[in-house]
Amino acid sequence: MATAGHAPTASEYIVHHLTQLNTSGHAQQNVIDWSIINIDTVFYSVLIGAVSLYFLWRAASKATSGVPGRFQAAVEILVDMVADQAKGIIHSAESRKFVAPLALTVFVWIFMMNAMDLLPVDLLPRIGEMFGIPYMRVVATADLNGALGMSIGVLLVCIYYNIKIKGAKGWIHELFTAPFGNHPLLYPVNFIMQMIEFLAKTVSHGMRLFGNMYAGELVFMLIALLGGTATVMGFVGHVIAGSVWAIFHILIITLQAFIFMMLALVYIGQAHESH
Amino acid sequence: MNLNATLIAQLVVFFILVVFTMKFVWPPIVKALDERAKKVADGLAAADKAKADLAHAEKKVVEEMRKARESAGDVRTSAEKQASTLIDEARAEAGRIIAAAREAAEGEAAAAAQRAKEALRDQIAILALAGAEKILRKEVDAKAHAELLANLKQELQ
Repeated sequence: MATAGHAPTASEYIVHHLTQLNTSGHAQQNVIDWSIINIDTVFYSVLIGAVSLYFLWRAASKATSGVPGRFQAAVEILVDMVADQAKGIIHSAESRKFVAPLALTVFVWIFMMNAMDLLPVDLLPRIGEMFGIPYMRVVATADLNGALGMSIGVLLVCIYYNIKIKGAKGWIHELFTAPFGNHPLLYPVNFIMQMIEFLAKTVSHGMRLFGNMYAGELVFMLIALLGGTATVMGFVGHVIAGSVWAIFHILIITLQAFIFMMLALVYIGQAHESH
Repeated sequence: MNLNATLIAQLVVFFILVVFTMKFVWPPIVKALDERAKKVADGLAAADKAKADLAHAEKKVVEEMRKARESAGDVRTSAEKQASTLIDEARAEAGRIIAAAREAAEGEAAAAAQRAKEALRDQIAILALAGAEKILRKEVDAKAHAELLANLKQELQ
């Protein structure tokens, strides 16, 4: 859009910023198209995941039981927080060996991806344009694929533990007899309820994160448009609104990462309990 | 907000990251935390034990001090007793010596007086005899009147 020779209109600016860089080279036309992959989401989520885990790994490999450094202490606080939450929700120590690291990964990863929102909205996309990349969205969690991908991951873990704890037969039995009771007439109702429950859990899990981050990103863009008017009012408004929203967003990115982690723990914990 | 294969990619990345954390990040940190917790617990227990030992030692010191004071008191009283006994003995000894000395002196003095008296008596008897002889001249036979003279001498005593 910036190459068109005139300044983009507000709606062009927003649409441009909300367009993913994908393998088709232009905005995706259909709502669902499995032949397309969003390069920017994959790139930033892998990069951020790798960098975050690298730092966690460095802290872990140097961890001593003696006096910890500041960085180790910070990581330990995080691990301790996650371990406490996991201990409170999932009572099987065997499961916690997998689920607690999962919760830590989810929290750190989502927090870092969300934190990309705090970079100026135009910074990375503009740098990308200089290298000939037409579109770029830097917040991987503000892409529905990113958020739903993780919530489906949690769903798969739930199914795994349902089968592991209750056995395949036990789980199928539960699918048809809970929540209303063990009666042949109730089997279809029970099954439909269970399917709706799984669907609702997973979709709401992913959508909650996506919605919050998408909306937050949109507000940053609107604030950037305010500054883009290049007037004194617009500049002052941009500075004030941008600062306020960014500070508020620190809360949102942390909270959303925490909520996603807690819900993952709760859903996996539910997979451990019989109805 | 379109769905596409990114979802699958994200799903795969998700599990790779989780497995990495589970293998390489979580265990060392949790191990360090547990070890530190154990160290702290041990340290606290050691501190408690040291405190108890100290209290015990202080009690013992007080006890020893009390005993030492007691025995010192005993030593002092016995020393005082001994000293006073010694003084008493010495005083008694001195009294005895003084008494003996006085007795001896008195005896000697009495003997000396006796001797002087006897000597004086002898002298008087001799003088009296000599006087009587001078008066009586030949009439007195010393041998014949020895009894008389002895009687006289006796009376003079």
